[in-house]
Amino acid sequence: MADRSFASCGGLELLCDSVKIHDVNVEQQGEEKKLTMKYLLSWVRTNLIKERPEMFMKGETVRPGVLVLVNDCDWELSGQLETVLEEKDVVVFISTLHGG
Amino acid sequence: MNSNGKGETVAEIRREIAALQKAKSEIDDRISALQARLSTCASEDGANGTNCCSQRLTPPEPPSSGQLSADAIYRYSRQLILPSFGVEAQANLLKSSVLVIGAGGLGSPALLYLAACGVGRVGIVDHDAVELNNLHRQIIHTEAYIGRSKVESAAAACRAINSTAQIVEHKEAFRTSNALEIMREYDIVVDATDNVPSRYMISDCCVVLRKPLISGAALGLEGQLTVYNYNGGPCYRCLFPTPPPTTACQRCSDSGVLGVVPGIIGCLQALEAIKVAGAVGEPLSGRMLLFDALSARIRVVKIRGRSSQCEACGENAALTEEQFRNLDYENFTQSPLSMSPLKLHLLPAEARITTKEYNEINLKGEPHILVDVRPAHHYKIISLPKSLNIPLASLEGRLSEITAAYASEESNMTATGEASRAPSLYIICRRGNDSQRAVEFLHEKGFAFAKDIIGGLESWSQDVDPKFPIY
Repeated sequence: MADRSFASCGGLELLCDSVKIHDVNVEQQGEEKKLTMKYLLSWVRTNLIKERPEMFMKGETVRPGVLVLVNDCDWELSGQLETVLEEKDVVVFISTLHGG
Repeated sequence: MNSNGKGETVAEIRREIAALQKAKSEIDDRISALQARLSTCASEDGANGTNCCSQRLTPPEPPSSGQLSADAIYRYSRQLILPSFGVEAQANLLKSSVLVIGAGGLGSPALLYLAACGVGRVGIVDHDAVELNNLHRQIIHTEAYIGRSKVESAAAACRAINSTAQIVEHKEAFRTSNALEIMREYDIVVDATDNVPSRYMISDCCVVLRKPLISGAALGLEGQLTVYNYNGGPCYRCLFPTPPPTTACQRCSDSGVLGVVPGIIGCLQALEAIKVAGAVGEPLSGRMLLFDALSARIRVVKIRGRSSQCEACGENAALTEEQFRNLDYENFTQSPLSMSPLKLHLLPAEARITTKEYNEINLKGEPHILVDVRPAHHYKIISLPKSLNIPLASLEGRLSEITAAYASEESNMTATGEASRAPSLYIICRRGNDSQRAVEFLHEKGFAFAKDIIGGLESWSQDVDPKFPIY
């Protein structure tokens, strides 16, 4: 078991009943007991997203315009979908804003 | 337009207003031109263009030892005595130029601080006019400027604060056709716009001309800030190679914004521009600041560096001025540069009525049900009498309420003995888009007689009841 929290900013919380922060336990997968971002995304889509999943994902990754942060760090720097999560990691999804 | 006497009077008044406004704008232009000449004369007289051109103050003397005139030393004294800022950073600021694109919610505070702090030349780009519903957040503008150019209004406010700063007015939309020529004249760019295509266009233009870009955005109760294309950091395209779907691009005019939120982000944009221009501190490059006003949380996160694959600034990309001029950003992002509200056309003419027609139906007392499909918090602001609020998002689960209202209206008619015809069902919203979506849905669900009121409450206010508030 691993504890993870999620904050979604920039309106993405509207897809999960306006709840911004989720503390969740996600089972680790496979023989090596690794939990990757790829699995986590599909878990979030199934378990947290309540409406319009296309506003969160496109294909197997997040839709364009969503930044993913693992422990306050762009997931591009940790391997995107292949990022392996540890216990107590914090994952944040941010929809970019364009207003002014 | 009108042949009756009343119409002529109105037309005459309108003509006179137009003539006076034209004269007023000519005088304003003349004042702007003179002010520009004055600051040019002053900077030619003095050292580094930093002296004050206000006639009240003593004429500039060559500074005795440092780089600043006596007036500049006094004006900027509180930041000069900061050990981590000091006279070098101030001299850098005075020599620098900043272009602010957008004189709205972000641009307002950014411009005020940039002009006040002593940036030598500040350019303002905008093509909009000031409106009453801007004033809660676009704090550079005042009621006196409603209906006039935002650039003129912002420039006047900046000049009033600091007559020694050169304020340049660009009263035009920022487009690929004029972007390079405008931006070329500045050292630093502040993106204070409100739409996706402008953000890509401004970032690309900064890449082509090698300018640092201070990018801010705000919506609702959240804001974001970062510095692009600076010191090896990423550009906007490195972070967002593919534009978001148009459905993910909310606008302040649709989703709302608390005035102080863009205010805070705009202030932070001014701060980052000052750091870059003054060459002090660590500008927010390779990092992004996320501001959540409701929970009072600010987090700064690390973002990716420059992408070698980036189509604008990557290793194999050599975006040229020529290529930039030919890019079509509206097509690339599938969304318009201008902020005209969306106008859907989903329904055949027979499934729609105008607000004037609805008004007559209502005045004649014809039996009907009016369903308002706006969100509940919109409905609370203002609504038409006897309308039933069922927000579009919950329509599917609340069809029984329409059926019930319908049955009740029918029984009323039977009671009053006018059961000759069935009651009608009209759907209204704010601007007439959601009402069409609702009618489409209702038709699918068997309410074939549902009709949309064209243009929604905005049209009601325009065409039927001018006292009905619009928002």
